[in-house]
Amino acid sequence: MRHLDEYRDADAISVLLRQIEARVSRDWNLMEVCGGQTHSILRFGLDELLPPRIRLIHGPGCPVCVTPLEQIDAALEIAATPGVIFCSFGDMLRVPGSHADLLSVKAAGGDVRIVYSPLDALKLARGNPQRQVVFFAVGFETTAPANAMAVWLAAREGIENFSVLMAHVLVPPALDALLSDSDCRIQGLLAPGHVCTVTGWREYERIALQYGVPVVVTGFEPLDLLRGVLAAVTQLEKRRARAENQYERVVSKNGNLSAMRVVDEIFIVADRKWRGLGEIPASGYEIAPDYSRFDAKRRFGLDLLDVPEPVECLSGLVLQGKIRPTQCPQFGSRCTPETPMGATMVSSEGACAAYFAYGREPVAMTVGGEPAAVER
Amino acid sequence: MPTTLISKLACPMPVEQEDVIQMAHGGGGLKMARLIERHFLPLLQNEALAQLGDGGVVEFGPSRLAVSTDSFVVSPPFFPGGDIGSLAVHGTVNDLAMCGAEPLALSAALILEEGFRKSDLDRIIASLASAAAAVKVPVVTGDTKVVERAKGDGIYITTTGLGHVRHGVNPGPDRAMPGDCILVSGPIGDHGMAIMAARHDLTFDPPLCSDSATVLPAIRQLLSAFPDDVHVLRDPTRGGLATALCEIAEASRVTIGIDESAVPTRPEVRAACELLGFDPLYVACEGRFIAIVSEKSAERALRIVRETEIGCAAVQIGVVEGTDTARVLLTTRIGSHRRLERISGEQLPRIC
Amino acid sequence: MCLAVPGKVMEVRGIEELRSGTVDFGGVRRDVSLAFVPDVNAGEYVLVHVGFALARIDEQAARETLEALRQIGQLEEIPPEEARHATP
Repeated sequence: MRHLDEYRDADAISVLLRQIEARVSRDWNLMEVCGGQTHSILRFGLDELLPPRIRLIHGPGCPVCVTPLEQIDAALEIAATPGVIFCSFGDMLRVPGSHADLLSVKAAGGDVRIVYSPLDALKLARGNPQRQVVFFAVGFETTAPANAMAVWLAAREGIENFSVLMAHVLVPPALDALLSDSDCRIQGLLAPGHVCTVTGWREYERIALQYGVPVVVTGFEPLDLLRGVLAAVTQLEKRRARAENQYERVVSKNGNLSAMRVVDEIFIVADRKWRGLGEIPASGYEIAPDYSRFDAKRRFGLDLLDVPEPVECLSGLVLQGKIRPTQCPQFGSRCTPETPMGATMVSSEGACAAYFAYGREPVAMTVGGEPAAVER
Repeated sequence: MPTTLISKLACPMPVEQEDVIQMAHGGGGLKMARLIERHFLPLLQNEALAQLGDGGVVEFGPSRLAVSTDSFVVSPPFFPGGDIGSLAVHGTVNDLAMCGAEPLALSAALILEEGFRKSDLDRIIASLASAAAAVKVPVVTGDTKVVERAKGDGIYITTTGLGHVRHGVNPGPDRAMPGDCILVSGPIGDHGMAIMAARHDLTFDPPLCSDSATVLPAIRQLLSAFPDDVHVLRDPTRGGLATALCEIAEASRVTIGIDESAVPTRPEVRAACELLGFDPLYVACEGRFIAIVSEKSAERALRIVRETEIGCAAVQIGVVEGTDTARVLLTTRIGSHRRLERISGEQLPRIC
Repeated sequence: MCLAVPGKVMEVRGIEELRSGTVDFGGVRRDVSLAFVPDVNAGEYVLVHVGFALARIDEQAARETLEALRQIGQLEEIPPEEARHATP
């Protein structure tokens, strides 16, 4: 596949690894923000190929993992409503709410359908005018334009039996929340390349400046990730802290303006609770007032109650990048994909599940094994 | 802006529904394995079953008979490259072949949902009959039940096959030995991706086609030439190649090493996997087999399989490395390594 | 987050928000919305996420990246004394 295979080339990868090796003179902690980047790192074994001085911390870039319980419960309630066709991306199907997940609602007779694109949900709405079709709009900014366009088209065509359950989250506020934590270990960021394809990377310049960390807009293939690591390490070794773009073939500083126009028309920024991180102001999208009739919460009269979450597993620490999945005492023993304790193991792109799938052995929690607190 | 998050550590404890069956129990992965281990084996103890092969082998005088049964619940019942009827024949005939058996007869039990169209039923039975006739295996008995509307998925078919195990042949999942070579008969992932596309209305051009077919002709050739040297035969159905290899590694208690770049996939299957976020190693096949053969016979075995139509694209994908731990190690295209584990349930299309 | 895959636009239909195209992903083709890449034409490559093209792939930038890596790789094969005089 063109523009894909070239970035998995073994020779080019060796070149980058050697360059990284040559440049590194001390320990560095880098966070790759996006779940897709984590997947790629583990799938290709990049964390094992990188010199041990470079420690990759997995960030909260998993919209499935960070969707709070009450949102899932709302989805389940709507999905179980007779006559509703509930459409969702596959990622969300197995994530448990308080008592069930979408798959079990389906088993009990709910019409739950996996869609590849929000346009598929719209198509279902057109083809089933007697039924209410609800689309579960999860995702980061990358998916927002597509989801917004579905609403825009529904409004234009007058498809009134279509509505959207909003669970969108935004990356920069989460990074602010993480980086402003005094206990933060992150020294450099590999920024999410596909989010930046949509939003551009101006906001990440602000983050680099404000927290004094190098921020490198990075893609998803092995070559992209290694170039991102190399750029971050190069900055760190030279005590620099600025934003730069390593995913130049698709990311521009201003992003995709026509996509953002639709997003700005249909959605508004709102406060959002993140599983594992708590409530973060201005960190999500809701539907703008002009389009509120397409808001499923309104249409189904749901009030999202605050569902208290028992503090039992260490998903939160993993999401904050404070520990690796393998450092959780439950990892691989009490907590496995078969018997998950938290969202990061339930979701297939959660850091813990990804670690398990790609065969990472649990490591002992050693005293003093944690990297030292960082001066920034 | 929140100043401290440590106090907000929160993570939901998912409610584990231990007392009911979930979809994942049918996925071919770990949940299903545990179900069998904990709920079936203790009550059904016998040597043949304990092998957990594709079929059970029992002594019958001087001969050995193989029995295999499979339920086919595929939805939608019609898909590019086949339908539930032909699939039901191929699946059981292939399982008998994996035991080293020549199929003698099949039975077919149908569970039909009230409201299922007779014209669809006719098409399916015609397809089933045709598949059975092609391998000259008669369907000698059957059963028909009807369930109320919404209590079944249109049509379910269970086929059971009886076969005669070739003399001197004894493939089994526990027979892999260090040094053995691992062969796969053709590109992986065709069936699973075809079903996924059909089920979720994902149109691809060209449409993804199932590889549903019988592997008997290739197995016949292989076993005629190497009755002793074929140690393991397995068809990678639900759970795909990786799951089958994990099962073999566990049964034989060996380390299996696989070279990712040697594993064949069709370009369209590969592209569809990239689009939906699937790992082809875990996607079902219905017309392929894995053969683990002794090192000395590997080259010739490969040649023999390649001469058959069903095995014309056979390749070696790895070796059995050692006996210290039961695991499957994949060497990636870029030279790193990762362990292949069983997954919980079915892969689902993802956006992340 | 964000599984996005590169593909080649084979043909384009419609205008504005309804602009769409057949995109070839090196093995399969699918219909993709081109609403967010109004300047993209047939023959160009795009990055696709959940059925929408989000960006044109800049062929030149891609070429430069890969070429730079190739050159470094070649440089590494040159013995040290000569490497000092070679142009990067």
